[in-house]
Amino acid sequence: MKTCLVVDDSKVIRKVARHILETLDLQVREAGDGREALEACLEDIPDVILLDWNMPVMSGMDFLRALRDANLARRPRIVFCTTENGMAHIRAAIDAGADEYIMKPFDRDTLESKLQLVGMI
Amino acid sequence: MVMASGWTPATPVRTGSMSMAQSPLSGQSLAVLSALLEARTGQQIASHRSTRVDTVLLPLMRERRIDTLDQLVCAVLDGRDPQLAGRVIDALVNCETSFFRDPHVFDNIVEAVAEVEREGRRARIWSAGCSTGQEPLSLAMMFADRQQTQGRPMPEIVATDVSEAAIARARSGCYTQFEVQRGLPIRQLVRWFEGRPGNEWVARPELLRPISFRQMNLTIDPAPSGQFDLVLCRNVMLYFAPDPKERAFRTLAGAMRDTGLLILGAGETVMGQTDLFQLASVGRGMYRKSAAPDPVFRA
Repeated sequence: MKTCLVVDDSKVIRKVARHILETLDLQVREAGDGREALEACLEDIPDVILLDWNMPVMSGMDFLRALRDANLARRPRIVFCTTENGMAHIRAAIDAGADEYIMKPFDRDTLESKLQLVGMI
Repeated sequence: MVMASGWTPATPVRTGSMSMAQSPLSGQSLAVLSALLEARTGQQIASHRSTRVDTVLLPLMRERRIDTLDQLVCAVLDGRDPQLAGRVIDALVNCETSFFRDPHVFDNIVEAVAEVEREGRRARIWSAGCSTGQEPLSLAMMFADRQQTQGRPMPEIVATDVSEAAIARARSGCYTQFEVQRGLPIRQLVRWFEGRPGNEWVARPELLRPISFRQMNLTIDPAPSGQFDLVLCRNVMLYFAPDPKERAFRTLAGAMRDTGLLILGAGETVMGQTDLFQLASVGRGMYRKSAAPDPVFRA
């Protein structure tokens, strides 16, 4: 079973994402910001990370930099999931190492499609 | 007359803030809608399993300030609004599609096109039943990438659909945020689309340029001219009754080279549907024209 770390400061978004991901047969963990996400990754590397951009404590972009510096044994797939829907943000995310990008709001089809694109389902 | 499953006989329609009293849709009205759909598209209402006739017509009824389905049918029949019948058809036709739908199909297409090019020709592809254009645009993206990385020629792409509205949208290249997030890799979005206000994404003109779009009813209209090497007709035939289906297969066969390939939808087959095609050995879901059994030329 593939594992997914959902990183979002919104409890509601985490809950919705968890529900959809579990129906897609992924095992889900949650983190409320980049710092918590980094700790979760050091503990156990997930297969894929669903990553919000704007979060308190540590943003999604700062998390990506910290993840790179952490030199993990393997690199999880990164799927940004954010309300930042402009082309400049999408390009910046790709340059920072994101594999895919979800523009909020998302639905089940969106999440399923993006997970297929990164080879998770 | 078989009704669509999920059909609800009485439909409350709201016009503005007013909730209008409604009458149930009569069997006669449903018969009119069925006949209209079949005459214009060859499709059957009974086949629209996932579509509720009342739900899909609601936006049009709101726009025209029509309160019940029976009144809508009357308005179609009295003919004072010549565009109304077309709009009803556009609403009833299932436009379900996505970018790079069934990705393995696209690998097969690249191989088939390479085979044609080995014969020294530029491939011609027909996307028959292209809906809002995601399929031909996916082809154009894929072959533009190939053109850039391998210097191979762009195939000629012709895309048709029975729905005037779907073709108009395909031609515009405008998609919603939800549509561009189904099947389309983010790098392709960045490369080939521009964001517009209102979460709208528009395909770049150079992506649309190699595609010629046109409205066409597969069961009645003549095929686009010339011979095609590859015809994609995915999840279209399942909506047709037997006779229109046979006519559609005949039209496709007539527009294909003898060496051409037909690609149907993932759950579709020609077995028991037509004798004009048979399974090709090259890939799953791909069909070739059967050798013509013409008694005149048989010894």
